[in-house]
Amino acid sequence: MTESDAAGATLSVRRLRGVERLAGPLLIVRRAPGIALGEQVIVTGRDGARRHGQVIELAPDLAVVQAYEGTAGLDLGSTLVEFTGEPFRLGVSAQMLGRVLDGRGRPIDDGPAIVPLRLVDVNGGTINPAARDHPSDFIETGVSAIDLLASLVRGQKLPIFTGAGLPADQLAARIATGARVLGEERFVTIFAAMGITRREADFFRDAFSASGALDRIAFFLNLAEDPAIERLLTPRCALSLAEHLAFELGMDVLVVLTDVAAYAEALRELGTAREEIPGRRGYPGYLYTDLATLFERAGRVKGLPGSLTVLPIVTMPDDDMTHPIPDLTGYITEGQIVLSRDLWGGAISPPIDVLPCLSRVMNAGIGAGRTRPEHRVVADQLYALYARGRELRRLVTVIGEAALSASEQRVLGFADRFERLLVGQGPVHRTLDQSFDVAWRLLDELPPDELTRIPAEVLAARRPAETDETTGEPPEGTT
Amino acid sequence: MTIVEGRITAASGPVVRAAGLESATVGEVVRVGPEGLLGEVIRLEPGEATIQVYEETAGLRVGDPVAPSGSPLHAWLGPGLLGATFDGLQRPLDRLAADGTWLLLPGRAAAAFEPQGAGLAGPRLALGPDRRWSFEPERSAGDEVGPGDRLGSVAEGPIRHGILVPPDVARGRLLELPPGDHGIGEPIGHLETATGIVPLHLAQRWPVRVPRPVHRRLPVERPLLTGQRVIDMLFPVAKGGATVIPGGFGTGKTVLEQALARWSDADIVVYVGCGERGNEMAELLASFPDLIDPRTGGPLLARTVLIANTSNMPVAAREASVLFGATIAEYFRDQGYQVALLADSTSRWAEALREISGRLEELPGEEGFPAYLGSRLAGFYERAGRAVVLGAPERIGSITTVGAVSPPGGDFSEPVTQASLRLAGAFWALDAELAHARHFPAISWTQSYSLYVDQLAPWYEETLDPDWRERRAEAIDLLVRERQLLDVVALVGADALPDEDRVVLEVARLLREAFLQQHAFDPVDAARPPEEQLALLRTVLAARTGLSAELGREATLGQAMEAPVLDELRRARSWSGADLVARLDALAGRLVDLRPEAVP
Repeated sequence: MTESDAAGATLSVRRLRGVERLAGPLLIVRRAPGIALGEQVIVTGRDGARRHGQVIELAPDLAVVQAYEGTAGLDLGSTLVEFTGEPFRLGVSAQMLGRVLDGRGRPIDDGPAIVPLRLVDVNGGTINPAARDHPSDFIETGVSAIDLLASLVRGQKLPIFTGAGLPADQLAARIATGARVLGEERFVTIFAAMGITRREADFFRDAFSASGALDRIAFFLNLAEDPAIERLLTPRCALSLAEHLAFELGMDVLVVLTDVAAYAEALRELGTAREEIPGRRGYPGYLYTDLATLFERAGRVKGLPGSLTVLPIVTMPDDDMTHPIPDLTGYITEGQIVLSRDLWGGAISPPIDVLPCLSRVMNAGIGAGRTRPEHRVVADQLYALYARGRELRRLVTVIGEAALSASEQRVLGFADRFERLLVGQGPVHRTLDQSFDVAWRLLDELPPDELTRIPAEVLAARRPAETDETTGEPPEGTT
Repeated sequence: MTIVEGRITAASGPVVRAAGLESATVGEVVRVGPEGLLGEVIRLEPGEATIQVYEETAGLRVGDPVAPSGSPLHAWLGPGLLGATFDGLQRPLDRLAADGTWLLLPGRAAAAFEPQGAGLAGPRLALGPDRRWSFEPERSAGDEVGPGDRLGSVAEGPIRHGILVPPDVARGRLLELPPGDHGIGEPIGHLETATGIVPLHLAQRWPVRVPRPVHRRLPVERPLLTGQRVIDMLFPVAKGGATVIPGGFGTGKTVLEQALARWSDADIVVYVGCGERGNEMAELLASFPDLIDPRTGGPLLARTVLIANTSNMPVAAREASVLFGATIAEYFRDQGYQVALLADSTSRWAEALREISGRLEELPGEEGFPAYLGSRLAGFYERAGRAVVLGAPERIGSITTVGAVSPPGGDFSEPVTQASLRLAGAFWALDAELAHARHFPAISWTQSYSLYVDQLAPWYEETLDPDWRERRAEAIDLLVRERQLLDVVALVGADALPDEDRVVLEVARLLREAFLQQHAFDPVDAARPPEEQLALLRTVLAARTGLSAELGREATLGQAMEAPVLDELRRARSWSGADLVARLDALAGRLVDLRPEAVP
């Protein structure tokens, strides 16, 4: 295996034979002089296999090393520990696009060696909040429910909350291959797999291959079978490359991180091994801070051309949005896209439940001059009607549909059509104009006094007999 | 005195232990490692000091030096604060950005801007090295002045920035205090005290963990007007009061805090973004230059101090950010200003306490939070208040504290929400159901409360409407009855209700849709003066009078409920103009009589 991380080769190496204690992913070693916190360590076992680790704690006599590949196969007496004197650094380069790399950024395809342009500390820095350019460029994903109701904006971090068996991967691949900022080049994508299966990884590779975009994507793969602790490095490597491409080379970069749940579990595993006091459900109390150091790397910087958009995928254990992982993610990210098992069961694809969906930076990206002047009010109106329709649906199970007023029956019907026609668009890519056409067709079926969120002048400008140009169908029920 | 240096003996995350710091005090600032990372002594034992480090500790080694500074963690207070953006340690982020530092890396460029140093470098770093201020004295040589006395002022944008004798300087006689232009580090005059001659400066420093003293605390009298109908009319907070805003993610905490930063009628706003999103801080910053403060005519930014500790900044600095905010708020209160201190979110601050406590291996209390969580929160909320401040001339200042809380899973039974509730006088509970129904601000009328209503009622009754209390009670009563009736409707359907209850449901719906909802991004409805809020409330209640009058007239009640004039009311939120109150009153006049022949 080639050591493309290049850290160990050049520096003065201090060696230590034998360790004091081995516990899960941790090695407790006697403290050699001059060991630094965060320093990278190379551990060689009796079998000659090299493992990598990092110093995470210094005590008066001992040092604690976390081993990314675990400690299986090591013994106390003959294990060789080498301190490299350097933190973990990743060599980054645009050559990594089109390549498949392991969870630590080393190529695992058959391609040529990567010549790094620069070595970077994968922990990155903090974007100065005063230097941030505030996200304001609408990204067309081609998915109506997202484009209309929870618009993605360049530089945003927007997770997909999903449940086991729901098609989050398909949605993420679709966004990554189809997303574009109006009038600009497509995105480059960095895909960071954290503990997902080979099947899921293959799906993504196939999806990108089918879209002809394989040369615009870099894969970082830490699969379910790979060492769990290495998972803590994978998103950091991916984001470091993304920062290089975005802020040094000026590209628009989309980073897909999947699955955040597996990442959090790796963090919990490490916390438990360190005998830390756990927070909720055994996850460490610093899970929020740790996830924030990943997601907050998204953004745009004033005066620099590129952007870094992050799309994490979070599997909610038991579809529970209050579980600590989606809960803390939601507190960090700028909204969320939520998939619903009920809609999926009802053959609505993509099964996006728009009620809990939210895009916090949407307002800056939509409206006159960006999307459509009426975008906000149309989104609010669709949302309000659908929310009422869903409530009525609950009511109908108790009192029956016959007990509803005419107006309530109209709203109920709207909710059904909204799910089928607007959300359940199937695999087609809809331009923003096409999405608006569908939205207006649904709204046009209702009498104007139901549309309380839409100002009278917008309706007046709209209602003089419009025909629908994309499908050729006349709008139904126009009054 | 020789300089004593300690040596690192152990390190884990933000916590470092060092030997050889016997003469250090708890709370003392120390410099850690070869890069001089900022740290603070938090525990002392024989032979070992425990230090929390405010920056990333990667790269530290056992044996690295630790140098005590002799002073506690302190803020620099003076001209240059307003309009600035600081991080959690008062590093000037806006000037760093102007310098081209868009990425903050541990221990390097940012450390060079960190103002904890003694001497004149600190205030110049924090408050701007090059600006000169034209000082206008109000006292002259020979005057006797004491702690808190106002010496004069400088103009900082539209604000008169008072220059006060620091609270920790002894009473004495002014030797000189000439007018003139001064840089931030230069003396503006001298004071002769019993212990010697003390130079006076535009800036003063104050330890952030110590509340600045006041002369006398006062009860609250006036509301902090926020422009938000649900707050000002139903759940007001007093100037000098404290309120908590708990809410799960997506319920609009940050939007509400930012609305308060923009629209509340405070003189000075200190906004602490504590462990929150960088893009949101950028959005807030981007919006300020365009917004005009109606009271000063200057940009809103000119009355605002921003502290931006984003969630990915070192955790110990997050703990400090809230204290810096409180200290800056107190400094402006001491000048006689009404200050709003907005903290978003106190949960992140509490989590920082928890993380450091865990590293110290302290015994945890509830949910892993340290046992002193309650007392630390109390220490923060008790810095709110209205007071006669120290010194002459007599001035009354106040701090209104608004703390956002981010309860895990939206569950209000968690320790931070519960501990905060005991301390604040108003509670604006953000409700996920309302947020999902896009009812914003999603302040729940069933869970929220304000303990300031009785104290504020005289002001409302004298200034706005002698019947304010009754109208408020009627609105709340309607909403409570609606809640009860909706439970019935869920079982039997709306048609089974008697007409009287159907009217209640209809009016409550109007109240929610036409009055309580307020779009934070709507150009005209984002904030409303109290007169317009009240006129709208009266108009909604007039609809109740009108609909109730139709009760018993079976034939026409149905028609009245669908009267077009009710649609006008539903859209009245988007009305604007100088004659708005008159238009609303006219609408109310038409609503009280909904007989079909009366409908135009």
